[in-house]
Amino acid sequence: MHLRRRRQVTTAGLAVCAVALAACSSSSSSSSSSSTSAGTTSAPAAASSSANLSGTLNGSGSTFQTVFQQSAIAAFRSVDSGITVNYGAGGSGKGRTDLASDVVNFAGSDSPIPAADVPLFKGKTVLYFPVIIGPITMAYNLSGVSNLKLNPTVIANIFQGKITKWNDPAIASLNSGVSLPSTPITIAVRSDSSGTTQNFTLFLKDAVPSVWTLGSSSTVKWPSTARAGMGNPGVAQIVKSTSGAIGYVDYATAKASGLSFASVQNSSGAYVAPSPASASAAADGATVAANLTFAAAWASGASAYPITYQSWDLVYAQQASASDAALLKAYLGYLLGPGQQLLGNLGYAPLPSSLDQKAVAQLSQITG
Amino acid sequence: MSTVTRVDPAGPAGSTRSLSQRRPLGDRSFQILALACGLLVLVILVLIAVTTSQQASSWFSAEGFKIFTNNWSPGANQFGALAFIYGTAITAVIAIIMSVPVSVGIALLLTEVVPHRWARPIVYVVDLLAVVPSVVWGLWGILVFAPWLQKIYTDIAGGVNGVPVLGPLFGQPVSGASFFTAGIILAFMITPIVTSLSREVIATVPAIDKEGAYALGATRWEMIRGAVWPHSQGGVVGAVLLGLGRAMGETIAVALVIGSSPEITSHLFAPGYNLPAGIANLFGEASGEFRAALMGMGVLLFVLTIIINVVARGIVERNARRKRGA
Repeated sequence: MHLRRRRQVTTAGLAVCAVALAACSSSSSSSSSSSTSAGTTSAPAAASSSANLSGTLNGSGSTFQTVFQQSAIAAFRSVDSGITVNYGAGGSGKGRTDLASDVVNFAGSDSPIPAADVPLFKGKTVLYFPVIIGPITMAYNLSGVSNLKLNPTVIANIFQGKITKWNDPAIASLNSGVSLPSTPITIAVRSDSSGTTQNFTLFLKDAVPSVWTLGSSSTVKWPSTARAGMGNPGVAQIVKSTSGAIGYVDYATAKASGLSFASVQNSSGAYVAPSPASASAAADGATVAANLTFAAAWASGASAYPITYQSWDLVYAQQASASDAALLKAYLGYLLGPGQQLLGNLGYAPLPSSLDQKAVAQLSQITG
Repeated sequence: MSTVTRVDPAGPAGSTRSLSQRRPLGDRSFQILALACGLLVLVILVLIAVTTSQQASSWFSAEGFKIFTNNWSPGANQFGALAFIYGTAITAVIAIIMSVPVSVGIALLLTEVVPHRWARPIVYVVDLLAVVPSVVWGLWGILVFAPWLQKIYTDIAGGVNGVPVLGPLFGQPVSGASFFTAGIILAFMITPIVTSLSREVIATVPAIDKEGAYALGATRWEMIRGAVWPHSQGGVVGAVLLGLGRAMGETIAVALVIGSSPEITSHLFAPGYNLPAGIANLFGEASGEFRAALMGMGVLLFVLTIIINVVARGIVERNARRKRGA
């Protein structure tokens, strides 16, 4: 009896080992086969410099970039089938940590490396490649009101719980001729930490520093009346299902969910609706530093949409090998070149050409 | 469960000697394999504890005892985690208050009321609750249950408005997502474990005690109160603590339904936060001291659940031993 049970246990144990071994061998064989097949497949004559490249690039970070990265990776495969690119969306913070601990080749980040994290990179030069621009909409749910106008002061007061009714005089004075209901305002915010929150609050902090007291960071202590949703779709869901709700939702999600969104007053005093064009205009008006960091939020320009954000791919200037450097140049070159044309359809905005050219020029600083 | 631990060391150990004479190599390698598996768990636990503490060290050193303040403002680099600890405690207590009477009731039903052959399907159904994945609880909670609860919350809040004690506890809800909703979902989730542990403890009550109570003319309820309860009290408390440990560590279901607002309020229908949900929700974009703070909250949670689990196991085991001895 005992003996039989014992034997069963041993066989089970052996089976587990066998499965584990099989898994190991199959994964190793699959990876080796992929590299060999990559070596033998000749890439289409798209970019002569990358014709003989093969290998794998891993990236992680910004969830804002996810949709763009996925589309770009799929499109890039047809250009250069030898290069496999993987992108894991774990958030900008995770991307930067992953890059610092050398587990990825590039990191997607919606904000420059914060001062506290600089030591993690051990003095190595990190290059910033801006790849994507996007507007953050003020999405709202008010039946009968289709053309709402808001300015930064009003937005700050709404999101600090100081304006609580839609027919508040502060809102009414910006929307003459619109009959605003007395519906209470429900503010919808992110429950997770997010680059969207970071850049939305950055806009408020830059535009109305004396009114906005909650600071700018990836998560903010909202008034207790705020309703929190997970991700852009979560906030969109709250706005869509709640009469009188207003939330900050990225343009792609707001469009996909069919939400109405407000025109927002920019730094030149004009009311601008969010769109890929007005977001590119904002990036064009932003002051770009030598390392290509900038903030598109509250940028200058008459046609700039003020709540615009951006995301970078971060890579080390000094790569471990010449082949890694070449792979990165090929992929980033694609993102900055043909990849930019994918953005409009996805609900994001391409880089303004002046910025794009600077980023392309910076590719030469990646060395192996 | 207690019977298993009792039989195991005695059984195989006895047959090991006779077996090793016949198949020494296979037996020894199996022993080593088994030992390695056991040690692996320990090593992983220690590694988790060490690395998370390391990553959290800058939070502990920068804030000191300020980690236990209610000053949570990532923008200003202030990370007092009291609101998260408070939310963890409140949701777990709500879950325990709701789940324990039901769980003990089911356990008594299974052991004392229904015939043996009917007990099995009931156990099966209760255990099915434990099979539902956490994220399914969360999604059901936020999409179906919370909107439904919101109406009830609104009615309750209207009813108790101005009443002392109840008024401040049950105020107007912001949405269906709140401490209370999280507590209810947790109650569903911990009911299977509390039920099955209570049932095992209650099953150890000697039949002779129960028959004795009946012989003295006790009704079934009096028998349960006089014979079953004193015997199983300690074990049930242990079961409840294990449920508490589970409720405190539950992450994704809570993250979806708790409302995600680090507030300390008496108001149970208000959105809140707990430690695991905070870590899960906020980790993605965290960096620097923010990240260290989340790691540190993980360490706090780890230590808390370990303490609760050890105490609970201790109580359950001591009780089982005492009962066997009796």
